[in-house]
Amino acid sequence: MGQLLAVKDLTVKFALRRSSLTAVNNVSFSLSRGERMGLVGESGAGKSVTGFSLINLISKPGYIDTGSILFEGRELTGLSDEEIRQIRGNRITMIFQDPMMTLNPVLTIGTQMVETLKAHGNISTRKAEAVAIDKLRLVQIPSPEKRLRQYPHEFSGGMRQRIVIAIALLTEPALIIADEPTTALDVTIQAEIMDLLITLCDLSKMGLILITHDLGVVSEVTEKIAVMYAGKIVESGPTRSIISDPSHPYTKGLVKAIPGNIPPGEPLHQIPGMMPTLTDIPAGCSFHPRCEYAGNICTTQIPDLAPVPSRQSNVACHMISGRLAPSDIGSAARRKRQTAIAEELPA
Amino acid sequence: MFAFIIRRVFQALIVMLIISLLGFAIKQSVGDPVREITGISVSAEERDALREKLGLNDPFLVQWVRFLDRAVHGDLGNSFYFKRPAFDVILSKAPATLELVFATALLVILFSVPIGIYAAVRPNAWPARFLMGASIVGVSIPVFLTAILLIYIFSVTLGWLPSFGRGELIEIFPGWKSGFFTWDGLAHLVMPSVALTTIMLPLFIRLVRAEMKEALETEYVKFARAKGLRPSRVLLLHAFKNTLLPVITVGGVQLGILIAFTILTETVFQWKGMGSMFIESIERADTSLTVAYMVFVGFIFVVVNTIVDVIYGLVNPMVRVAGGRS
Repeated sequence: MGQLLAVKDLTVKFALRRSSLTAVNNVSFSLSRGERMGLVGESGAGKSVTGFSLINLISKPGYIDTGSILFEGRELTGLSDEEIRQIRGNRITMIFQDPMMTLNPVLTIGTQMVETLKAHGNISTRKAEAVAIDKLRLVQIPSPEKRLRQYPHEFSGGMRQRIVIAIALLTEPALIIADEPTTALDVTIQAEIMDLLITLCDLSKMGLILITHDLGVVSEVTEKIAVMYAGKIVESGPTRSIISDPSHPYTKGLVKAIPGNIPPGEPLHQIPGMMPTLTDIPAGCSFHPRCEYAGNICTTQIPDLAPVPSRQSNVACHMISGRLAPSDIGSAARRKRQTAIAEELPA
Repeated sequence: MFAFIIRRVFQALIVMLIISLLGFAIKQSVGDPVREITGISVSAEERDALREKLGLNDPFLVQWVRFLDRAVHGDLGNSFYFKRPAFDVILSKAPATLELVFATALLVILFSVPIGIYAAVRPNAWPARFLMGASIVGVSIPVFLTAILLIYIFSVTLGWLPSFGRGELIEIFPGWKSGFFTWDGLAHLVMPSVALTTIMLPLFIRLVRAEMKEALETEYVKFARAKGLRPSRVLLLHAFKNTLLPVITVGGVQLGILIAFTILTETVFQWKGMGSMFIESIERADTSLTVAYMVFVGFIFVVVNTIVDVIYGLVNPMVRVAGGRS
């Protein structure tokens, strides 16, 4: 398996009047051909921005500040708008969250599929329609020839997401970025859509970046995970080891919060507090105000993402055993108490 | 789609009934036809006989139905001043107004769409800001003031354009004299249509801009970009086709308003259309003509709106389905 994508030190900022906000902070990860990765985190962690920035589709005033995106041996940062357009929707395609909103209501499915193929190559309408029908059949849309002439409102939510997937498959991309592809769907359809996506990825050796907050989904379909918090990757590694034995306190909290991990009738686990907004990221480790293990050092020093001894994962935490002298851990108990009090108040 | 059209036509008929009722009520309460027909020398007995003969003693609703019956056959009564059927008078004046409205609508579409799109795409560029500011000024100045300013500048000071009338006309088919086919006719059309445009254009620029801005924020436009479509296609097909729906709706209503309210512009430029005819009919207490104009404009209004609704159904696939189900 060759290298497909290598993101290195990617920083995405949003320009304000005078200053700027950092939405994605020094993120690095890589993907082999046909490999599947989960980008996990709460809302606002920067996972979607990371995904969109790969194909330079960040909404203004966002911009890639520093870093490199190497895709199929080609550097994507610094490409002209026209050059990146030829890759976007062609070699890298996207699946959006809400299929009710993704398809244009006033254009037929056929138009929306054919135009994609035409944007990326000189192809006749007849041939493009043949490809479209082929892909619709692949995502199990019945009588695709007829469906091609229909408008989005004539399809159910699950079918629309199948169509969106079919559009993502049209150009036989090397990488699909799926931004919460099942979040807006019924639970029964979620599994169907996910299975379909995975089967198709395997079928044509496509890489997948799955952006989601649903650890359950990620654990079923991906080979590796990067957990994001406040714009940074706090833990990354093979899916199995991270889900079964998380190292970072935040990941631990997330794994504990999976409903399946809690006996029926028990209250669900939550991580106290809220993710900080971009304007208000705490000094030191950005997770420390919510962390039950946090010590003095956590409030001042930003932890590096570094390999954990005896594990395959990388973790950005001072409290991982072997990294810190015991004297630094002193006030953990006090901090924990303070956090607990602070959290009680608004509730 | 067929059921949808039938429904719209049915609704249009109801609106026409109400308009005719209002018009007829006005005609009934203003003026006495017998006095207008007869001279001073006619005796009271003869008047009563005439009244009975004309059916003016019948109940209101009976008279209204008779009025309707005649109106459907193109008889809206006689104009006292012109001594001709009111409908004929209106028809002879209609081409002037319709040509003025057509030229105005063309100008509005031609300018509002590109300017609106531009202002939506580059909201912070200085030309967009300037145009938005200017549009407020445009919409705030009443049309007669704009018209007089135009006449002062281009007719009085510069002497470039004629200040009144329709100029040289060519009869393109019986009863329709057009100013579109002579240079003189077109020159006469410039200022009236520009004056009328100044009140409509700002509204449409703002409408196109607002709708376009909204469309550009949608997920489907973002997805269209993610598909790697060329920016022009994203803008002009994916975003713009969705802004068309509200623009068509408002456009239809405004087109009707435009036809009905060319009055001021026509008066200032002495444009011999329906608007100036209407004002004159009021001045001459020509009730029949006034009411006939009301009914006629109401009819045009309803027809335009029905056509717009049908076009709307063609652009918006969801309307078609809704119509088909019911």
